[in-house]
Amino acid sequence: MKQINLKINGIAINVDEGMTVLEAAKKLNIRIPTLCYHKDLCTAGNCRVCVVEQVGRDRLVASCATPAQEGMEILTNSLQVRNSRKHIIELLLSEHNADCTKCYKNGNCELQNLASEYKITNPDFIDLVPYKNYAYDDLSPSIIKDDSKCIRCQRCVRTCAEIQHLSALCVAHKGHEMKISTFAEKPLQEVVCATCGQCVIHCPTGALTEKNYIEEVWDAIADKDKHVVVQTAPAVRVGLGEEFGIEKNDGRVTGQMVAALRRLGFDAVLDTDFTADLTIMEEGTELLTRLKKALVENDKDVQLPLFTSCSPGWIKFVEHTHPDRLKNLSTCKSPQQMFGALAKTYYAEKRKINPENIVSVSIMPCTAKKFEADRPEMRDSGYKDVDYVLTTRELAIMIKQAGIEFSRLDEEKYDRLMGESTGAAVIFGATGGVMEAALRTAYELVTGREIPFEHLDITPVRGFDGIKEASLTIEDALPDWDFLNGVTLNCAIAHGLDNAHHLLKRMDSGEASYHFVEFMACPGGCLGGGGQPIPTSPEIRKKRMKAIYAEDGDMPLRKSHENPEIIDVYREFLGEPLSEKSHHLLHTHYKARERY
Amino acid sequence: MGTKHLRRMDLIFTRDDDYKNLVKDILSRKNEDIINEMMESGLKGRGGAGFPTGLKWKLTSEKPEATKYIICNADEGEPGTFKDREILTQVPYKVLTGMAACAKVIGAKEGFIYLRGEYHFLVDLLSKAIDEFHQICKVNSFDFNVYIFLGSGAYICGEESALMESMEGKRGEPRNKPPFPTDLGYLNKPTVVNNVETLAHAFTILKLGAKDFHDLGVQDSHGSKLFSVSGDTPIPGIYELELGMSVQDFADDFGDGDCKAVQVGGASGFLVPRKRFKETSIGYQGKLKGISLPTGGSMMLFNSSRSMYNVLSNYLDFFQEESCGQCTPCRVGCQQLVKGIEQVKRGEKPAAYLDVLLKLTDTMKVTAKCGLGQSVANSFQSIVENFKEEMIY
Repeated sequence: MKQINLKINGIAINVDEGMTVLEAAKKLNIRIPTLCYHKDLCTAGNCRVCVVEQVGRDRLVASCATPAQEGMEILTNSLQVRNSRKHIIELLLSEHNADCTKCYKNGNCELQNLASEYKITNPDFIDLVPYKNYAYDDLSPSIIKDDSKCIRCQRCVRTCAEIQHLSALCVAHKGHEMKISTFAEKPLQEVVCATCGQCVIHCPTGALTEKNYIEEVWDAIADKDKHVVVQTAPAVRVGLGEEFGIEKNDGRVTGQMVAALRRLGFDAVLDTDFTADLTIMEEGTELLTRLKKALVENDKDVQLPLFTSCSPGWIKFVEHTHPDRLKNLSTCKSPQQMFGALAKTYYAEKRKINPENIVSVSIMPCTAKKFEADRPEMRDSGYKDVDYVLTTRELAIMIKQAGIEFSRLDEEKYDRLMGESTGAAVIFGATGGVMEAALRTAYELVTGREIPFEHLDITPVRGFDGIKEASLTIEDALPDWDFLNGVTLNCAIAHGLDNAHHLLKRMDSGEASYHFVEFMACPGGCLGGGGQPIPTSPEIRKKRMKAIYAEDGDMPLRKSHENPEIIDVYREFLGEPLSEKSHHLLHTHYKARERY
Repeated sequence: MGTKHLRRMDLIFTRDDDYKNLVKDILSRKNEDIINEMMESGLKGRGGAGFPTGLKWKLTSEKPEATKYIICNADEGEPGTFKDREILTQVPYKVLTGMAACAKVIGAKEGFIYLRGEYHFLVDLLSKAIDEFHQICKVNSFDFNVYIFLGSGAYICGEESALMESMEGKRGEPRNKPPFPTDLGYLNKPTVVNNVETLAHAFTILKLGAKDFHDLGVQDSHGSKLFSVSGDTPIPGIYELELGMSVQDFADDFGDGDCKAVQVGGASGFLVPRKRFKETSIGYQGKLKGISLPTGGSMMLFNSSRSMYNVLSNYLDFFQEESCGQCTPCRVGCQQLVKGIEQVKRGEKPAAYLDVLLKLTDTMKVTAKCGLGQSVANSFQSIVENFKEEMIY
């Protein structure tokens, strides 16, 4: 690659052609402040905070949008740069409701950090907020949009367009009235929002936040009549540590998290991983049943490929944008909702607790789960199956409020009864994980043999490629499944709704055809979910993924069907996968939603 | 009245019934001959920015891509400018011929006229001219089609990269530069964007030769230019004048005898107060003595009855509304300027606050993403510095 020589603050450096001034400066350990820039997104160059001086030019240049050029001399901290940058921060603050102490993002705000760094204590400019008629939208069960905190960097707009292919958020109006809005300026609740929360984790300020239910959960815990159970999703255990600066052990904090939840006062600390294993039993059986109907019985009504249904953001995306594909969706509820339905039936029965008195809380890396728990379909136990959904971030807030020194906690284990899980369940937190878990079980069910991958690590379905494909040919099947002999099962995996969109397009055009497809709404799967700690970046997601597979590798059991509590729940309660009771409690249906 | 009257030209609006033969002639010339002619003429972009037209064509002609575009920027939106409308009404074929010459040189098969939304009444007339022109292209076996793209009314879409975003169906927001349109333009293909008047001048140059054009004007500012003259003048209208004139001469010819200031280049241009008339000339920055002001051609005259506070306030209202809103210095800066001068005028802020605002415009000038935000400083600084007392009292 062609090399470019330039000087930054008088220091010579040699970089690859195409690198920006911002990146080149970073190589010299010079940090240039940014706001609209985000590693996950295309370059906007609109906030102008990253301006630097290019010697010989009258105007400053935006370092995020300016490629390094031969012979360039850049000054990142000249008087002109500092004064201009300070002006720009002040301008942003003048349009911003800077009541920081009352802000949910207080302490985790990029604008606040800059204001603090540049000591904007006595701003020159007129406070414009009183002249504005800023909207506040808290109608969505997942996301709060507070325009008074918005700095118009358009990170959310680019996220929704580039990562999620939805453009639920867009720019409206121009000039002083320019704002981030939605189609016809409707509330988020009424537009094509997948509620995934990617906008929330890409927002530098408090303009987009999760709707939090922390106080409701504290109230439930304090209520002596209530039995409060908590479940924790796979990806939470590899993200939560970031909130406490924990780096060791790849940032895995499963045991400390369980201990902390107990100290918060939950009556039972249980695991969504248990119902992830259950999902494999139900969804795996559903897949094999659909295959049998299609291949043996030639049933034309059977829809293949089967699409996974664990990701509620993905579900809402299909409902809005591809309603013709609803029949491809697995009828399985997500692990969170299976857990909720069982918590107020199976668990209540076994523990002899009136389900009316059970409060079911889930800790999720996800904001769409809040929406999902609110769906009217999710009341099969006779009650609201999951009462409150907290994100990884909200859990961290509770732990901090409770004064728990998280990093010093000794590891503890989940409670019994819906607390046991396998390595197959924890990998649900990574893109490709549901596929891998399903294949581990389905292959063994069909052939009686372990899937032929070293250590059961099905590496072709792992990693961050936007769309992954894998094929598996079945041979020597057990007598019940001999119709699958010689059949090559084609699978695909997509994460991020833009990738999902492209994969669907390929299927629609006939360019690709599969039997089983895993879709996750968020980049990297749940580990990159909209409820995970802020910030996010490709490097952070990579680290979380490493942690997920390390968790899997360390589990004594690696296959869902070997989970003893799963065997128990079928023996004692559900009967068998796809039984009537399963259908009633663990399966659901979907509905078409309008695009506009 | 001054002693020297300005030479009024009549190149652009002179009818040319023989233009079909010129098209034929141009199409038979070598590309490098056309480029050389254009470069030798010294023609610079007449939209106001003043980029050498021949060089723009040359750079684009050197790109290897098979698909390229020529776009005629007819989004005439600068307050006080109304010359392009007249060119398109009276001599559309000259503009089309200019486009065809460019298309031939760069290798474009499609051209677009990005027509200001408010000029929708020109569509019929223009379509007829285009149809007729397509016939001429056909006769000469030249594969070139021109389409009209009607804008939606945003001033910012006159900025060439916002214009292309708008054509691509996106929000009219300026792009980061580099890359420039000559590298990655419309639909990411090399694209020439020329102002209506620039293309009409290309016609003149290719007809009369570079020398005739080059001989007009002064050093670094060659040729003639259309001026939209408005405000306190007994003779408002469109005039073709030689470049390089002094504002004094201009005011002598066009003023009402009580000319206090001339706004050169519209709201995004400079206000020249009477005391600077003599030392200021109209043209591109170069070796001229004194100050030289480039312009898209808007000349607004103000007499002593005008409040310069009102003039500035009017411009700033315009900018805070017409900023695309994406970049901080322009979006928020304009609002601060509007509110700032209001509060100074009302006595809610001290007069010294004007200095804070002047510094702010310095920042806007060097940090805004595009020409709109950068040029707000022009009128603000030239008005506030020269008419400070009017801002305060």
